[in-house]
Amino acid sequence: MNRAFDLRMGESHIEVYKFRTGAIPIATLLALVIQAWLPMHFTRAALLDLPLLVVIYLGLSRRNPSTGLLLGTAVGLMQDSLSGPTVPLGLFGIAKTVVGYLASSLGARLDTEHPAARFALTAGFFIIHQAVVALTRRILLAQPEPWFNLRLFAGALVNALVAVVLFILLDRLRRPS
Amino acid sequence: MPPRHKSLVLLAGVILLQVLLLAVQIKRDSQGRLIRTWTVGAVSPFERAGSYGFGWFRDVWRNYFALRSAKKDREDLRRENDALKLRIAQLEGKAAETDRLAALLHFRQSQSDVPMVAARVIGGSAGTASLTIEIDRGEKDGIRQSMGVITPDGVVGKVSEAYAHTSQVLLLTDQRSGVGAMLADSRIQSPVGGVGEPLITMKYVPNDDDVSVGERVITSGMDRIFPRDLPVGTITEIRAGVPFKQIRIKPAANLEKLEEVLVLLTLNPLKGDDVPAAKPAEPVASSPAPPQVVNP
Repeated sequence: MNRAFDLRMGESHIEVYKFRTGAIPIATLLALVIQAWLPMHFTRAALLDLPLLVVIYLGLSRRNPSTGLLLGTAVGLMQDSLSGPTVPLGLFGIAKTVVGYLASSLGARLDTEHPAARFALTAGFFIIHQAVVALTRRILLAQPEPWFNLRLFAGALVNALVAVVLFILLDRLRRPS
Repeated sequence: MPPRHKSLVLLAGVILLQVLLLAVQIKRDSQGRLIRTWTVGAVSPFERAGSYGFGWFRDVWRNYFALRSAKKDREDLRRENDALKLRIAQLEGKAAETDRLAALLHFRQSQSDVPMVAARVIGGSAGTASLTIEIDRGEKDGIRQSMGVITPDGVVGKVSEAYAHTSQVLLLTDQRSGVGAMLADSRIQSPVGGVGEPLITMKYVPNDDDVSVGERVITSGMDRIFPRDLPVGTITEIRAGVPFKQIRIKPAANLEKLEEVLVLLTLNPLKGDDVPAAKPAEPVASSPAPPQVVNP
């Protein structure tokens, strides 16, 4: 119990990590709180999407698609709730559900411990997240939303850079195997 | 069902539910108030705590760590303040100098019949044996030995040495100095000279003459060096002596703080006819005759 266990898919050997008690809710809550608070004091921090980074990290670490998508759903809906009445419930929920599922699925197949892999995966998931948000807004909500632009490109880079550092910190929340 | 399919189904179900949630919100114009209330209720205590924590950290930073820059600012301001004080002192000095020069100019204009040249005091006595000053004008400017030196306040002394570009002035307070003077009210004439002290003396006024403390002493013009009616000083002390009164006079010009002076560019500024009628001091019969004004 409370030990990392091996997930064998074919010939690959992928380690599944567990976290200290309360680490996931606290990390999620902190990400939401900081996300709600940081842009108020630092405008440029609006580029960051800390809840997304937490979803990506937990998905890549837990490597269980069901857990990943449910965590993404929960975090996304909470972010929707905290984003005010202009953001309908489900907008970020759907996007983070997809990202959580994809991160968990990819995490079961790839080595996601290397900083370069984390950088590339985070940038990719950010773009996918934005694509789902744009799709939801355009098709389901009939609201204008850019598919991608320079600001979102900068957001992808910034989030990927922050993820490299943040994931190292979050690694400390893992239970020793 | 394989686990992979299970998660796919779960994904589809969760997304479908959220799409329905979106649809409900759009259809009923509802904002999912209950979910929002729960979420906000759960997160807001942490936000509040974070806000307080940040406020505390910010206050600590501003009130303590940021004082490092405040200290530097204070040093910068102190330096700037010192520089400004110095600048103010310089400007005040310049203003005072301007006032003095204006007074000199005014005086010179009022004495337009006597040629004068303004000079700046550039040095003082090299020793205690004589009371002299050095000025920045000399023979090249027309200055010659024994010319009178004055300020708008009064007599200063006489040129003792004239060099090419500078001159030495023997102050009225030097014991070798003297000037033809008279009392402004009684018109009693008597030379006034220095004794090597801040006060000068009028030596040849008989004890019988009426002289009072506070009376003004002015130049008589009899020495043919200084114009008449220039202030020489004010009587501060009178004592009976043998055979003359011992009268001590405070010089009208501040001889200890001279900065600019006027040199009378003539050795004979007054003609004999111009000298006003004055009452010469009547020496006591037994007393020696008053000496001539000593020219250094």
